Amino acid sequence: MSLTTDRLEMGPVAGSASAHSGTALADPSAPLSGVPYAGLPDPGLPAPRPRIGLATRRSRRDRLAELAAQKTAAGAGWAIVVILAGVLVFLLVQGWPALAAGADDLPAHASDFWTLAGPLAFGSLWASALALSLAAPIAIAVALAITQYAPRRLRTALGGAIDLLAAVPSVVYGLWGLMTVAPLLARVYPWLTAHLGWLPFFAGQPSASGRTILTAAIILALMVVPIMAAVCREVFVRAPASSAEAAYALGATRWETIRLAVLPFARSGIISGAMLGLGRALGETMAVAMVLSPTPFLVTFHLVESSNPNTVAAFIAQTFPEAHGLETSALIALGLILFALTFAVNAAARRVAARAAGK
Amino acid sequence: MSTQAPAPDQMSLSTSALLPTPAAAPDQTSAPAFAFAQVAMSASSHVPAHAAASPGGRVFPALTGARPAWRRRFANRFAAIVAAAGCLAALIPLGFLLAAVVSRGAARFDLAFITQTMRGVIGAGGGALHAIVGTVFITAATICFSVPLGLAAAIYLVEYGRGKLARTVTFLVDVMTGIPSIVAGLFAYALLSLLLGPGVRSGLAGALALSLLMTPVVIRASEEMLRLVPDDLREAACALGVGKHRVITQVILPTALSGLVSAVMLGVARIVGETAPLLLVAGFTDSMNLNLADGRMATLPVYIYSQWQNKGLDAAAYDNRAWTAALLLIGFVLILNLLARLAGRLFAPGAKRHARAS
Repeated sequence: MSLTTDRLEMGPVAGSASAHSGTALADPSAPLSGVPYAGLPDPGLPAPRPRIGLATRRSRRDRLAELAAQKTAAGAGWAIVVILAGVLVFLLVQGWPALAAGADDLPAHASDFWTLAGPLAFGSLWASALALSLAAPIAIAVALAITQYAPRRLRTALGGAIDLLAAVPSVVYGLWGLMTVAPLLARVYPWLTAHLGWLPFFAGQPSASGRTILTAAIILALMVVPIMAAVCREVFVRAPASSAEAAYALGATRWETIRLAVLPFARSGIISGAMLGLGRALGETMAVAMVLSPTPFLVTFHLVESSNPNTVAAFIAQTFPEAHGLETSALIALGLILFALTFAVNAAARRVAARAAGK
Repeated sequence: MSTQAPAPDQMSLSTSALLPTPAAAPDQTSAPAFAFAQVAMSASSHVPAHAAASPGGRVFPALTGARPAWRRRFANRFAAIVAAAGCLAALIPLGFLLAAVVSRGAARFDLAFITQTMRGVIGAGGGALHAIVGTVFITAATICFSVPLGLAAAIYLVEYGRGKLARTVTFLVDVMTGIPSIVAGLFAYALLSLLLGPGVRSGLAGALALSLLMTPVVIRASEEMLRLVPDDLREAACALGVGKHRVITQVILPTALSGLVSAVMLGVARIVGETAPLLLVAGFTDSMNLNLADGRMATLPVYIYSQWQNKGLDAAAYDNRAWTAALLLIGFVLILNLLARLAGRLFAPGAKRHARAS
């Protein structure tokens, strides 16, 4: 590949060569699609004499076009850099005033910005951690089932069905979670507090509506599973087949083969998939905003009570439509925190994945 | 087998042909004799400990005969059951979700829903025409922003990119993929309110936010498709003395066309269900707005949210409209995903065959 692109790099030279065979490529607009030799002269005819004047003119035009193409492509690359720098700069500029704002100007009458941001950041991390701890075992099981257990014909169908989970819009998850899942779980939660109430997570008065942080985490988990399962599938498939065959040859059962020859190779892939899923859960907005019934400034580890911590993303979505002035600034600053959080998680995931690939 | 050692991949191919397929692996209790023979063999024939060491160098007790056979069989069965249970845990909610959307969305799935707006509607009746039109307009504007940019960036990464800028762009595309959608909305708001003053709401602002989400998807997917174009096509065209830009426009892009179409569709499928950024910068309205540049513009996802959020007296009518809009939206996303997959498949097999032949 690198060899090829090295050769391709001689763009200007190739361009001038085409210009010298000037009349050979009689019609430059003739489509060469798929048939790269379509423009060649018939070998039976005598080669047309190159016409110098025409050739120089074309050469210049060709070189200009080549330059333009190269600059356009590189410009698109630069545009990506500029856009992301723009995201950072505009969020900073617009969010900065909120850091100095007082109780009168901030949403929910917070005394200062950090009293507002702290509990929300906790809520985001707590909900995402819950979602991930629910989703990770399921995603690994799904990936194992697809790559190791399912018969070949079932694999594509199963993979497609799991990918379908990722295609459902988050607002539909929110609607479904709110109208169908929450009422269902509201009947389960009293049982949980009655029998598992000795665990601090399930202590307290169970919510009658079911719109608790556990419900939100379950919905989030459904959205995280396809992302993590996709990454896990990829690394499970890449585990060397010869090791698995060696394990089978030693009389290992299938589960022993998986433990011996698949999971050890996939560890960092699983971690990076989990982190990508965490990034998705942290940024998820609508499902949480619709399902959760939040209490301002609350920090609690209780899962099934009717008062719940809110998440950063959901708070922004709920508050923004009616916000103005410094309130908007505060929400933009919250967005910046969310961006930094997801960026850190995603960057860590990529680093783990890159280290695994380079190993 | 000849005395010549076959190439590694050939060997693994031939051995896997000799091995029992996973479906007939020794754990099948439907063939108990075979299973017992396997277990007995591994238990009695003194497999040396180092032979059963895992890749980490750790001795794996299961294969040294130290672990009773019933336990190994139980663990094996248990693992299979857990894998199946994991699939069910993901698929059953999906089934319930689709069933709920279809059954509850059917109530208002009628002609009025796609021919009327919500203008002046209180209670039952009305439709989502303005939201459908808004979604189409904003999606079209987003495509206009992000497809040229995404395609050019993908061409840069595949055909030109090298060195520091290419590495930076690759990294930043990864970062962009992970941007939470609501942050994209805040960015569009921050940018436009700096230019046009605070409180800006328009379809164009929504399209700007969505482009931030769609561009990385288009770049990633079309990068993959462009890399599938076999190198011999590039080399052949270059050997004919064709300029590189012409190789790209007349050889590479036409070859990858259906793959690129699939990349764009994947991008559209990614953004068509986005709610949060549109809620922030495109807002919601009950009536039709055909002007992208001015005023609030309703979209299907925000329509779902607002029907739930601003319920009137006849709550059931609002709920029904929300579910029907959800049904339309899911249907649209699924069709797009399906078409993208079909278009991708149209392109990929031929290219792969070509690559293998070379």
